[in-house]
Amino acid sequence: MIQIEKIYKRFGRNEVLKGVDLNIPEGGIYAVLGPNGSGKTTLIKCVLGLMIPDQGDIKVADKPISKQWKYREEINYLPQIANFPGNIRVRELIHMINDLRKKAGDESYLVSLFKLEPFLEKKLANLSGGTKQKVNLVLAFMFDSPVIVLDEPTSGLDPASLIALKKLIQKEKEAGKTFLITTHIMQFVEEVADQIIYLLEGKIYYTGTLSGLLEKTGQKDLEHAIAAITSEKRHA
Amino acid sequence: MLKILKYSFKDLIRSRWSYVYFLFYLLLGFVLLFLNNDLSKAVITLMNIIVVLVPLIATIFGIMYYYNSREFIELLLAQPLKRSSIFLGLYLGVAGSLTLSLVLGLGLPFALYGLFKSGDILNFSLLIVIGAFLTFIFNGLAFNIGIANENRIKGFGYAVLLWLFLAVIYDGLFLLALIVFEEYPLDTFSLAATVFNPIDLSRILILLELDISALLGYTGAIFKAFFGTRIGIISATIMLLIWTLVPLWSFIRRANKKDF
Amino acid sequence: MIQISKHSIYFLIVALLMILPQCQAGIIEVCDRCEVKTIKQGIAQAEDQDTLLIKKGVYKEFNILIDKPISLIGDDFPIVDGQEKGEIFRIVSDNVRIQGLAIVNVGVSYTTDYAAIRVVRSSNFQIEENRFENLFFGIFLEKSSKGIVKGNRIMGIARDEYNSGNGVHLWYSNNILVTDNQIEGVRDGIYLEFSDTIRIRGNESRKNLRYGLHFMFSNNNQYTDNLFENNGAGVAVMFSRQIRMTGNRFRKNWGPASYGMLLKEINDAEIIDNLFEENTVGINIEGSNRITYQGNRFVSNGWAVKVLGACYTNRFLGNDFLYNSFDLSYNSNINDNLFEGNYWSNYSGYDLDMDGIGDVPHRPVKLFSYIVNRTPETLILLRSLFMDLIDFSERVSPVFTPDNLVDAKPKMRVVQ
Repeated sequence: MIQIEKIYKRFGRNEVLKGVDLNIPEGGIYAVLGPNGSGKTTLIKCVLGLMIPDQGDIKVADKPISKQWKYREEINYLPQIANFPGNIRVRELIHMINDLRKKAGDESYLVSLFKLEPFLEKKLANLSGGTKQKVNLVLAFMFDSPVIVLDEPTSGLDPASLIALKKLIQKEKEAGKTFLITTHIMQFVEEVADQIIYLLEGKIYYTGTLSGLLEKTGQKDLEHAIAAITSEKRHA
Repeated sequence: MLKILKYSFKDLIRSRWSYVYFLFYLLLGFVLLFLNNDLSKAVITLMNIIVVLVPLIATIFGIMYYYNSREFIELLLAQPLKRSSIFLGLYLGVAGSLTLSLVLGLGLPFALYGLFKSGDILNFSLLIVIGAFLTFIFNGLAFNIGIANENRIKGFGYAVLLWLFLAVIYDGLFLLALIVFEEYPLDTFSLAATVFNPIDLSRILILLELDISALLGYTGAIFKAFFGTRIGIISATIMLLIWTLVPLWSFIRRANKKDF
Repeated sequence: MIQISKHSIYFLIVALLMILPQCQAGIIEVCDRCEVKTIKQGIAQAEDQDTLLIKKGVYKEFNILIDKPISLIGDDFPIVDGQEKGEIFRIVSDNVRIQGLAIVNVGVSYTTDYAAIRVVRSSNFQIEENRFENLFFGIFLEKSSKGIVKGNRIMGIARDEYNSGNGVHLWYSNNILVTDNQIEGVRDGIYLEFSDTIRIRGNESRKNLRYGLHFMFSNNNQYTDNLFENNGAGVAVMFSRQIRMTGNRFRKNWGPASYGMLLKEINDAEIIDNLFEENTVGINIEGSNRITYQGNRFVSNGWAVKVLGACYTNRFLGNDFLYNSFDLSYNSNINDNLFEGNYWSNYSGYDLDMDGIGDVPHRPVKLFSYIVNRTPETLILLRSLFMDLIDFSERVSPVFTPDNLVDAKPKMRVVQ
């Protein structure tokens, strides 16, 4: 579904991605992990065309994405920080995105799932962080697209919403969707991810299943496995 | 692009600032007419305002809006939309709504004072057209500064500096050059120096239309010969168009390459 | 009393009419089918005080010499066509009257100043209500006096200065009234040289190549209620004393070397209640002293008043300066002239005691006008914000402009 070949990206002197190769087949949930500053968000933004890689090619559904925009019709994206124009209302925002994508979205189910009905007429500037994240989730899930990219989906969510989110992800996975998720919550990864992509200092350190990673590091859970990788690298 | 334009325009129409500028121009128009009590005199006073305040407002508002729409831009970028149409839509939204404030704000009081029945309608239209040009030009310049500077304080500073440079400092240097090199023929230099500053270009254009008597008296000859003819007016308009399109082009180019 | 005096006037007129025939004044008709077919023939036959009544028609004559006191009266503007061969009328006798003729096609020469009517060493002449077209010089008065030039229409089509003449030309003449004439398209509308005690009133002088009115070395003259509009260079008044100029209008004299009025070496003049509107320079003053400027209006000029060189003890009282790009320009930093009680449309002071006079003195000279005097090219920066700023700072603390050049009592409202 997504092919990434030799992606390089630097910001000034800081080389964030140093030749990332990755192939994500259709269907399943892929968790992109790594310490802070390892390039997770950069990688995701490159896939979305928000950032333009210095070198390398990315293909989505077998088509190169460089200077293209139509392929984004196949992708739903949940940005890391829920930044919205402050002076419009939730209902207007949903309506606007619907209008811009020229595709009928199904938001009513999601609105009731995240219990957003009381907030529909509120301006986005007046919403709490958690509520904004719920609106963010509605926008990400309301369209029927084969690829769903989630950047830190759990941040700011209360337990009830978290459970709802997990259910939602499972449901969409069963519908054959491909997920690309970054998160710091290891428990979340353990619960939902099929495959793990571990980024370290701008390179892929590991791709494979969770159990494979545990085996490779000789640790008993993901948190310790990751801590081990990080410190090992540091000592080396 | 039209959809983006629609939403950014809607957003601006809803924002307080559009009304503030609209009311500002409205008040200005009425005060000018009240103080001058004469349409043609008010048109002349209006010129100073057009060439100084319109660029300032367009610059400040442009940079402010650019920074304030960061979220909107990020939201749009993740959607299946062409980058250039997102940014073009935003630009046209801001410049369009500012121009609308200008046209309505100044047009209303002048229309009430019987503009349409007077001979000043042409001069007034020229002022408004030049005001619109300046709005588009300085919006474009401000957006360039915005996209090149992540730091808002810095960007804001550069924007104000740009206005200060083109509105004041440039003329100071121009004057200095004229005095220092007074021995030499300066016609071509003056013409070039005028053309390279949209504020000066607009000022000269309006001057030639409104009170040419003084300018004609002296060195105005070459300017009259250049701007006074149809070719001059056309080339001046083309220059203003270039001043509008080049910053816009550079902005879109930067926007297409920028990481968000 | 009034009745009586009116009666006595009628009596006088009747008495005169009765006396005139006794002076043997006859009428000679000139026309195509008359006994007398040409003007020259008529003059030859005429006795003193006779009237030549010239009927409608075309008379192709030139070099017509009038050497006796007679009247030439045209009936419905008969055309006297000089066929561009030279001078048309020459008056060498006193008491001549020419009225109601259309005089056309004066010859052009580079050596002789051919005129439609030339008056030479004569007095008591009247040149009234004639029309002049395609001319070189119009009315040329040479060493003549006590005459009237009234209600004539002079329409030239002059293109170049070197081969065009003046509308009304006065040379060594005095005691003459030039009134209600319309002069267009000649070199100088009215020209005076070495001519004193001339009154010029109610004339309209427009679109002339050089000056609407031009006078030099001519003293004790008055000009009143004239209109000078769209002339190449405006009006020039030079090297003269005791001139009185009132109620004239100077309008739209535009161009690189153009002004409403140029004063050069003029002393002891009065310039009162005139209007200067939309001229490049309203009044250009060079080396002129003891002149009173009062109640004039300067509206929308490039420069209202431009003072060059040494000008002493001039007084500017109660004038209106409205919307001029520059109200006043000096090229020296010494001031010996008085400005008081004028209205300045760009005065920015206030009147707290409400006496109609601004509480803060006004400085009419902008720093910018100094800079423009020095480097004319800088005019390109007119109305630029930078110039406004330095003008403001100069006004707050004058460095370059004469410290005493202020109107201490600026009016808050328009004077007229």
